[in-house]
Order: sequence, then structure tokens, then C-alpha cells
Amino acid sequence: MTAAGATRSPAAAAPLVPRPFRVLATRPETADTTTLTIEPADGIPLAFAAGQFTMLGTFGGAEAPISVTSSPAAAGPMEQTIRDMGGVTHDLTTAGPGDMLTVRGPYGTGWNITDGVGGDLVFVAGGIGLAPLRSALLGALANRAAYRRVILLYGARTPAEQVFRDDLARWAGGDGGVALEVTVDRAAHGWTGPVGLVTHLIPRARFDPANTLALVCGPEVMMRFVAVALIDAGVPAGRIRISLERNMKCGIGLCGHCQLRELFICTDGPVLAYDRVAGLMTVREL
Amino acid sequence: MKMRSIADYLSGHPFFADLDAASIDELAGCAVNEHIRAGDYLFREGRPAEHFYIVTRGRIALELFSPASGPHVLDSAGTGEILDWPWLIPPHRWFFDGRAVEPTSVVSLDAACLRGKCKADPRLGYELAMRAAQTMSQRLQATRARLLDMYAAP
Repeated sequence: MTAAGATRSPAAAAPLVPRPFRVLATRPETADTTTLTIEPADGIPLAFAAGQFTMLGTFGGAEAPISVTSSPAAAGPMEQTIRDMGGVTHDLTTAGPGDMLTVRGPYGTGWNITDGVGGDLVFVAGGIGLAPLRSALLGALANRAAYRRVILLYGARTPAEQVFRDDLARWAGGDGGVALEVTVDRAAHGWTGPVGLVTHLIPRARFDPANTLALVCGPEVMMRFVAVALIDAGVPAGRIRISLERNMKCGIGLCGHCQLRELFICTDGPVLAYDRVAGLMTVREL
Repeated sequence: MKMRSIADYLSGHPFFADLDAASIDELAGCAVNEHIRAGDYLFREGRPAEHFYIVTRGRIALELFSPASGPHVLDSAGTGEILDWPWLIPPHRWFFDGRAVEPTSVVSLDAACLRGKCKADPRLGYELAMRAAQTMSQRLQATRARLLDMYAAP
């Protein structure tokens, strides 16, 4: 404890020192994506803001930057969702209850959804990009009265490749006060929802563009298309936030692996205002 | 309760935005309401495109059937969206099946009637052609982006 009585964050005290976390449960989201529920072995909860990431790793192994997907307001264990891309992500997605992992962080900027209080919140997610947004969405729903409309537009590759299907089913049923639209890129005969790019959902969503904070996460090409569609709908570029992914290593802006011209994505991002990075996103040399 | 006329509906639809009332009345003269049961086909691949549809409720899936893998849903049009442009552009033929995935209502505009109005009033014809082209452009961009299969593992 500090002299002022506040709990001292282990991450702030030693930002490069990993903390041991225990896997409590695993939940398969899709064929290659798993959500881990983890808790700190030392019992000190990890304080994080929605949109931040940790460097999640295995003992003696490598690390990967993984967003926290659970609500920052929820006490107790936290959730992180990992796609098996081989290497350490394979080790993480195949971890089981009782296994110990390492966590550094949290790092980076958050979504800061309180900037949208009193207006509409529009979440636009693509694929596993729903994971970093889920934390902010759960935070918004926990304080639902502070916002006018809360809208989630979600695009997935196929119906089977949607993540957080329990959440989506609950929200589609009207639970929580979120207006949900899901579209898929390809579908078989039984799918009754929209088919097409997630941008297709934007003109039909009912929100007040001048009083909207839009939060976008997904593949970078998708985010570029979505940002343009949101601007076409009247949302100011400065009110659109995206979450960029680069080669994060140290997490504290030292190593330079994640540098995007003047930005270190691990500290200036991952959440950035679109008007700040729009010009950088199409520069191939960066 | 006052019934909303087709002309009222068209005048409030983005595709027909800012057309004058006389033009809207002309177009409404080509239109009827249709209702399709879930699972029924609104149009079939290879058949003449004799109508221009606007979905007023429900959803129409654009499907392509493969003998090897069955029907694939390639695109869809939900409430407020238009289907499609073969009414305007030769050879005026559907290239996909259009199947209602839920009970669906459409405003159905007779294609020959529409083309006749466009020919008789080139200003109206230009307006409708530009709007159809804009819709085609948006769908083409989205389709190209989907070709990336961007949600797949890199």
C-alpha cells in the first residue's frame, strides 16, 4: 500500500516483470479461438481499462499481446481471447484449467467510452475483433443509462466463426439494451441474417452521427472501409476510434518493434482516434 | 388507420430521394405490393428480370446452387434495401436465385413499365440509372473487399 492508502499496481511498479496467473477455465469460441478465464496467483486483481492488452505468455516460452475481453468493472478473474496462430498462441489456446501463465501489463490506451456519455455508442467489430470491443461493450451495458443508443454491428466470416455466441444470442434477444446486427461473408442455406461486408450494416443502423462515438476493431482493411462508411454516414473522423495491431514486444515503448512512424502502438495505442492514423494506415512503407 | 400508399413509400425511400412528386407518381403507377412466404423464391437464376424489387419487410437471400455443395448465400437484401439492377441493364436476366428467408414483403415495380418511363423521360431515366449505378458501385466495392477473405487466418 502507498502512503495515500491506494493499492499499488504490480505492473506500474515493475512493468517488465511477468506475474503468474492461473487458468481457471477455457471456453472454445470457434475452431481456432479460445477464451481463457485466468486469475492472478498473488491474489491482487489486475486493474485495466477496456481496450488495453497484456503480454500473455507461458513459463519459459514466448509472449503475445492479447486484449482483455472481460469487463473492467467486473471483480474477480478476467478473460482473454486468443486465436491459435501457431507458436505461443497455440500453447495459450491449448492451456487447461490449473495451468500457469505469465501476464505483463496491462499496456496501452483504452477505448475511453465515457467520452461518449450522453450520446450514441456504435461498436463495429469484424471477426475476432469483437474480443477487444467486448470489454468496452460490457462496460457500457453496465452503465447503460449513461448512453442513448448502444449498437453493435458485427461481421464474421461464416456463422460458425462468430465469437462470443452466448453473448450475441443474449443481446439479440434484447438483453442488455444493445441493438445487434450480425452479417457474415458467406453462408449456407440455413442462415437467415444479412450476408455481406459489415459496412453494409452502417447505413441502416439508427444512430445520431453528430452525437456518436464509434469504436471499431477488426482486420485493418475492414477498419479502413468501416471508417469511411462511418464518415459517409456523418460521424466525425475524430469520433471514430480504432484498435491497431502491430508487432508488440516490450509493451512500454522501448523496443520499437511496434513503431508506426511517430507512434508506438503499445503506448500511443492500440486504441487511436481515426483522424490521427488515417494517413498512416495506407502508407505501405510503415 | 390510414394505409400508406406505394407513392408515399417510394418518396421516403433513399433510392428515390429528391425525385419530384410527379415522377414518384409515375413510378408508383408501375408498382404493386407482393408478399412472399419464407422459403419461397421471388426469382430464379436464368429467368427474365421482369421486376425491380424493394424489400419493405423481411429478407431475400441471393443464392447460387452448386450440384456439388448445394445452395450458397452470396448476398442478401433486408428491409429497405433494393434488389437489384437487371431490370435496368441488358440482358435483363437474373443471375441468382432470390429466396425469402423469412416472410417478406416487397414493392414490385414492373421492369418494362419502368424502362418505358425512363425512355419517355430521359431526365428521370438518367436519375434512376445513376442511382442504380451507385448501388452497383457500393456492392462491387464490398464484394471486392470480401474477396480478401480478411477474417481468415493469415
